[in-house]
Amino acid sequence: CTMSKNLRIGRSYQKKLAGDHRIIRFRCALNNTIGDVLKQRPGWVESKEGEDWDFYWCDIGWLRENFDHIYMEEHVRICHFRNHFELTRKNLMVKNLKRLKKQLERESKSESAKCDFFPMTYELPSEYHIFVEEFKKNPGTVWIMKPIAKSQGKGIFLFRRLKDIIDWKKEGYRANNEERKEETKDVETYIVQRYLGNPYLIGGKKFDLRIYVLVTSYVPLKAWLYRDGFARFSNARFTLDSIDDSYVHLTNVAVQKTAPDYDPEKGCKWSLQQLRHYLTAKHGYETVANVYQQMNEIFIKSLQSVQKIIINDKHCFELYGYDILLDSNLKLWLLEVNASPSLTASNQEDYDLKVGLLEDTLNIIDMEGSLTGNEKRVGNFDLMWNDGPVYAEDGSTDALGGPSYATNTYLGCHNDRKRQLNQLFRSLQNKKTAAG
Amino acid sequence: MASNNVSEVAALITEIICNLNGSTLQAQLKRAAQKEVEKPTVTSATLKSDIISSLKTSGWEKILRNEIYKQINCIPKCFDSSIPFECQKEPLMYMRKAQANWEKRILKSMNSMCTELSIPLARKRPADEQRDLLHKWNEMGTDEPDLSHFRPVYAPKDFLEVISSVRNPNYRSLYGHESEEYPEVCSEHWGLIQVPLEVPKLTELQAKFSEFCSSLPQGGIDDSVDAPTESFQNERNRIARRVLDEKRGVLAQHFCRRGCPSGNRAEMWQLALGVTVDHLAILKYDQLKGYVLQHDLLVDSLIYKDVKLTSVNDDYYFVFEDYLYQVLLVFSRDTTVLDHFVHSSASPPKSYIRGKLGLEEFSVIYPPNGVIPFHGFSMYATPLCYLYSEPIRLYYMFREMYTRYFHRLHSISSHPQGIISLCLLFESTLQSTHPRLFRHLQEIGCQPLKIAFKWLVRAFSGYLATEQLLLLWDRIIGYGSLLILPLLAVAIFLFRQSNLLLITSASGVEGSLADITTLHVVPLLQLILFPT
Repeated sequence: CTMSKNLRIGRSYQKKLAGDHRIIRFRCALNNTIGDVLKQRPGWVESKEGEDWDFYWCDIGWLRENFDHIYMEEHVRICHFRNHFELTRKNLMVKNLKRLKKQLERESKSESAKCDFFPMTYELPSEYHIFVEEFKKNPGTVWIMKPIAKSQGKGIFLFRRLKDIIDWKKEGYRANNEERKEETKDVETYIVQRYLGNPYLIGGKKFDLRIYVLVTSYVPLKAWLYRDGFARFSNARFTLDSIDDSYVHLTNVAVQKTAPDYDPEKGCKWSLQQLRHYLTAKHGYETVANVYQQMNEIFIKSLQSVQKIIINDKHCFELYGYDILLDSNLKLWLLEVNASPSLTASNQEDYDLKVGLLEDTLNIIDMEGSLTGNEKRVGNFDLMWNDGPVYAEDGSTDALGGPSYATNTYLGCHNDRKRQLNQLFRSLQNKKTAAG
Repeated sequence: MASNNVSEVAALITEIICNLNGSTLQAQLKRAAQKEVEKPTVTSATLKSDIISSLKTSGWEKILRNEIYKQINCIPKCFDSSIPFECQKEPLMYMRKAQANWEKRILKSMNSMCTELSIPLARKRPADEQRDLLHKWNEMGTDEPDLSHFRPVYAPKDFLEVISSVRNPNYRSLYGHESEEYPEVCSEHWGLIQVPLEVPKLTELQAKFSEFCSSLPQGGIDDSVDAPTESFQNERNRIARRVLDEKRGVLAQHFCRRGCPSGNRAEMWQLALGVTVDHLAILKYDQLKGYVLQHDLLVDSLIYKDVKLTSVNDDYYFVFEDYLYQVLLVFSRDTTVLDHFVHSSASPPKSYIRGKLGLEEFSVIYPPNGVIPFHGFSMYATPLCYLYSEPIRLYYMFREMYTRYFHRLHSISSHPQGIISLCLLFESTLQSTHPRLFRHLQEIGCQPLKIAFKWLVRAFSGYLATEQLLLLWDRIIGYGSLLILPLLAVAIFLFRQSNLLLITSASGVEGSLADITTLHVVPLLQLILFPT
């Protein structure tokens, strides 16, 4: 009965002919880099509005409205999991991480300590009283308020005194009451977080890291880490002096774009490779290796925290953008995880990075059926978790590519993506011809 | 010969003692010695040996040794007081003249910019402006003054024109007087540099840079970030640690010759150059900072402009903009920089109090440090931002690098480390190692030096990838020599020779050598010094 209501997706998919690729029909909700990549992919054609499709780079709005009303054929793929927000909404992420930490505490102290990568966080208004208690225990601490549903720096402010937040509460309620008359809206949910007041500064500037992780399955968990990413420098210089009396808005990329001296050509970014070189020059190889090892913990622990909650679906994959902050003690903090990382490029280098990222994502999703499924590296993606940690084997070509990590991760390491892809596909081709 | 050496050493010792007299170090040593005397265990019989041994164990001896080592490196070789001061600065008269003319030209250009824009060379800032500047001291880059009317006083290109027109008036070629009929025949050299200076031959260079021999593992090959050779890297890290613990400048400098492990480089360079940042140095920096706050100088705008044109435009270095102002503005006020003019052919430019033009007693050195920045000047400091994240440490390292090495790259002199000698070494080495390539480039109207000059003047800063640049500067510090620069420039030409030989236009050559960020300096230097 329910089946008849559902729209079937991916019917009349062409049979695969020996040696030939079948046509893959795609849709794309975004008009930026991903659109370019899909259009240029050999054998892929865009399906028009109302037509059937095999692959959809959808937005989360579409997903929410349609996911429960469609039936997808075996081969069909879309770019989000049904309840992706468990990891990408700030309050839920923290809730899930806190739960994992508690679980691990029962097993071993050292494992649960590995979850200490998110600052003290509470949801408002629901956890207001616990927060106030904690607030009183930590006098002088700077806190940051973030609306959970908004992104790109909207509605964020810092405070040091409880009075500020009481004023906000009143204002917030009042504003909401006025709105309520018209559209009966709930009080907006915020999270309040201990502000990380000692960021690592380069040239006196604050930065955060954007790193890409691709999850192709939650049961079993299979996650890939992209070698390239970037550090985004804040245009404003870091100081805590100016928060004393009033709310101060933070700068992040979305805010910066309107700053008068923002130069989109420059983009204010460093590649992870540049950052790795810089940190190595300052702190030496071992320290930097340790920093990058911490990063692995963040990815794995955060994914594990939602592994049982995310509704696993073989049609779904997710490309996450992790925002991470490095503090002056070289400790890493997870700021947030984005399900729809910005794919708009700020300059040529950024465009090249994103094209590579998306092409490699599609290579791994492998609608064409070219891979064996046992690959540990595809382009710039390294398989970091496959129902357990993935180790870099000694003597493999991969191990020569980076410092000798136990795990198969090479963030910010030498990247020879095109060469690797050539090798990979050539060897796959050879296997096929040998078999045929 | 031997007696000459003895007298030289004697002169050197006198000079060093003279320099140490009245220095802070002397006072510190004295205080340490006095403390020792007060101890009850000291007897008058063993007083001297007790004090000496205690100064040794307390580390003062090492500090003294480092200071003396630093002085040996910095004092010019010739101390004969019978020689006039200006000849000690530069023995060749035509070089002195050329440098003086060049200085006049720079000063004139700066003065005319002042007149054109009707701004003074210096003006006192009103109190509120001082406050503002102090407030944004750490973020001067957020300021966007209108600098469109300012232009760099000169660019390396202008400087190349000047040094390639320097001639020795006493020099007559075999073909008689400089004839207009055979200008080419008349010139001894095929390159742009026409002055007869002696440059070292390859065998001498091989002896000098013997550690480049390919049988020795090198930082920059055997420890590259992407494929580190564990054993070599570990060994270097271990030795580096020992050298740093030992706190001996001479060891640190020697260690740099084979490249520093990146994690130790900052400390190692500081030790090798004898740069200490004590509370006096911090006070001194703050004082200079005060001078910046008090007065606005025209050179400040030139520095701003240069940083905006170079570092800020760089995809990588833009991050360091604020630091550069905190270093370069302070540098322009630092009169201790003037000391380096004693062993440089250059002299600090002079300006006169308004209305007293030409009257010696109303002359002032302008800018106070005597250095007028040119286009690209800030690139001497930029790579150091990579190593030092405290502006004060960064400042003193930059000042040391400049007064030891980089000042030679933009003044006219016959010094073996001077830019003219370096250019000549470049041209003669390229000519002798690959005459066909040299000839080919000339025939298509592309003097190789026209391309290499910008690399040399900036010590490759901004042209190489940062890690590679630091490996190169390791060697500058390690050997205390800039000769490595022209050698690398030649090696780059040789490395790209097959491509260059096919190119038939000057612009093509420029294009093919425009991007050298992918090159690895250590193998290239081995290629030129110890070709297999």
